[in-house]
Amino acid sequence: MITLADMLTLSGVLFALAVAGIFLNRKNVILLLMCVELLLLAANFNFIAFSRMLGDLTGQVFVFFVLTVAAAESAIGLAILVVLFRERRSINVEDLNTLKG
Amino acid sequence: MRPTGEVEAVLVQILFYLFATLLVAGALGVITARNPVYSVLFLVFSFVNSAAIWLLVEAEFLAIVLVLVYVGAVMVLFLFVVMMLDINLAELKRGFTRFAWLGWLTALAVIVEIVGVIWQHGLGGVDVSRGFVSEPANYSNTLELGQVLYTRYAYPFELAAVLLVVAIVAAIALTLRRRPGQKVQDVSRQVAVRADERLRVVKVAAEKRP
Repeated sequence: MITLADMLTLSGVLFALAVAGIFLNRKNVILLLMCVELLLLAANFNFIAFSRMLGDLTGQVFVFFVLTVAAAESAIGLAILVVLFRERRSINVEDLNTLKG
Repeated sequence: MRPTGEVEAVLVQILFYLFATLLVAGALGVITARNPVYSVLFLVFSFVNSAAIWLLVEAEFLAIVLVLVYVGAVMVLFLFVVMMLDINLAELKRGFTRFAWLGWLTALAVIVEIVGVIWQHGLGGVDVSRGFVSEPANYSNTLELGQVLYTRYAYPFELAAVLLVVAIVAAIALTLRRRPGQKVQDVSRQVAVRADERLRVVKVAAEKRP
């Protein structure tokens, strides 16, 4: 039988790996976006675990909205990325320094 | 035939550990792969395993949505963009290991803290060692979710639709490119035109028949 602790631990490990990924791939914008997707997935695991455990569907409705917002976020993020690549011929975070004071 | 009682519980647990291992392995692949294309494929793998785990805890609708919307649409979009851009990988990988120790250290700290909190202290009265109770055989997760989504959460649902429209408009507006010398119709000028701009009546003097 799957316990709540199993699900929460899995979610924590997933979250930690995604955070490590942000440290490791800090130059590549695409990888950063993908790590954010992993972070959201880990959060969704918690929502589903508690929703099922407490017998309250609100958590699953919230996961639905998280998925919607994440889809919109990645669509706009990738659009910005494409425009950026057209302008700069690079997706390196270190090249994005025009706003630096 | 559906296995009964304890056999099913053990089977579900074994499947959970199998999918959890694959999921963590996939996530490790995402963050360490050399090529972004491999990262996207590892992420697809992770999402499929997550969907399997969500099926095991009986969140069927969201599991299917994860596969259809995430793997089917968002990940394919990622794959398109990664393959479309001609990225200089050597430049992006330079200094990969410089802060890697910090990343692994942070990950380790997060894991230790979360596991410590869950296993040592419990969560404010919630018994974490309780297992998920399966729903009766005629229970429909999709039906129940639909019944609250379209009644109690009808306004948030419509707000989500508006958000998606805004995302579509933003994505198109950002990437739309006007090339010079392109022959396109200007619809607003076509609509705004008046009759006297189109038709010119010319008086021609009558000529005598030869």
